[in-house]
Amino acid sequence: MPRLDSPRYTFFFATVVCVVCAALVSVAAVLLQPRQKANARLYMEKNVLVAAGLVKPGQDVGIREVDRIFDERVKARLVDLTNGELLPDGGQNVRDYDQRAARNDPAASRAAPANDAGVKRLPRRGIVYFVMREGKVDQLVIPVEGLGMWGTIYGFLALDRDANTVRGITYYDHRETPGLGGEIGNPAWQRIWRGRRGYDDQWNARITVIKGQAGPPETDPLNVDGLSGATITSNAITRLVRFWLSEGGYGQFLQRFRERGTA
Amino acid sequence: MSATTPAAGGFGRKERATLLEPLVANNPITVQMLGICSALAVTTRADKALVMGAGVIMVAMLANLAVSLVRSYTPGSIRIIVQLAIIASLVIVFDQVLKATLYELSLELSVFVGLIITNCIIMGRAEGFAMANPPGLSVLDGLGNGLGYAIVLLLVAFVRELFGAGKVFGFVILPLAKDGGWYVPNGMMLLAPSAFFIIGGIIWAVRSARPELQEKE
Repeated sequence: MPRLDSPRYTFFFATVVCVVCAALVSVAAVLLQPRQKANARLYMEKNVLVAAGLVKPGQDVGIREVDRIFDERVKARLVDLTNGELLPDGGQNVRDYDQRAARNDPAASRAAPANDAGVKRLPRRGIVYFVMREGKVDQLVIPVEGLGMWGTIYGFLALDRDANTVRGITYYDHRETPGLGGEIGNPAWQRIWRGRRGYDDQWNARITVIKGQAGPPETDPLNVDGLSGATITSNAITRLVRFWLSEGGYGQFLQRFRERGTA
Repeated sequence: MSATTPAAGGFGRKERATLLEPLVANNPITVQMLGICSALAVTTRADKALVMGAGVIMVAMLANLAVSLVRSYTPGSIRIIVQLAIIASLVIVFDQVLKATLYELSLELSVFVGLIITNCIIMGRAEGFAMANPPGLSVLDGLGNGLGYAIVLLLVAFVRELFGAGKVFGFVILPLAKDGGWYVPNGMMLLAPSAFFIIGGIIWAVRSARPELQEKE
């Protein structure tokens, strides 16, 4: 037994501890990574389906169920966000496209045009989910993101095939204050988006989260009830939804879709 | 390194005291005042508190076990950093397991799982107990302290979820007015300060019931 306090033994012991700990952590990370990735994708795609109204919020769906719904009803495609052109069909592989990673990859992204939604970089390619019904496009689901009060808010916006009327919205990842801004995750609030319109008559993205209550969608389609006690979050939602509907986001693609009535 | 080891095996009075004392009489939160920070953050819902409690129990047990096993070989000059490396590795592994199994809950617990590393309970038990006691007893000590922490967490979460959201473990107990029921929730219950009041109330209750826990003036 060497002396416990000798420098040589101390270094030796520290090295052994580090190697053992590093091995433990690496083995766990490598072994669990496939399941973590599958979980992350499942969670995201589940939110696409929630926005489109194909899955109820809070409903417990597994990978198989999501795969089945995607096979039957949903087609994921990529859009060139620089010009709004739909890219050739990539089949089911498109579902593996990681837009967040692409945004942070200098080769696959560019600096975002000036905006007030807090979007700094834009991926060149953006995903869009076509929700089909009897062989025709029924809804378009696009990802939206922007800076909230405490961090970036991520969500999905489902639009009718007129590329204007909101069919549903979800926010699946955010850091807003629980009970106040965090209410953006509340299905009851997300429901009141249904039937509202993203654009005004001149096709400017005009939808607004106002202070107080908005009228019913038929008479007051451009306004959404604000969240009391969460003005900063409400304004952030207005900005980020408008941004992704405008030219900098999916605006060009949605305009093409609208004009041709098809992708 | 004087380990007062009793005869190996067996579950005597000492083992029982090590396991049971941290539950109430020497509870890490209400008596030792450790681990308050995470008790404020992850107690908005009972399921969050349960997972967090399970994490602390596992990390406390395994960290105590590992620290105790190497205690006779650990140079005193680097013992704290060795404990920290062990604890941090265990917490990372727990975080990875959580992401692979309970993904949606792991998103909500977010940074607080990582912060188990700095939870004073675990470091305190490793340095204060496991460095001086045999592995079996150290595991029991970790289990006891983890359980003591989890019990308080669940109590606080029960009150907060019930009065803040009308639910317990996600099941509706008090139907909310905005969903057509009658209960108007107390929004403050969902914010961190309410946990201060509840934990303060629990500490007051425990110390009133057991006057021997009160510090002398």
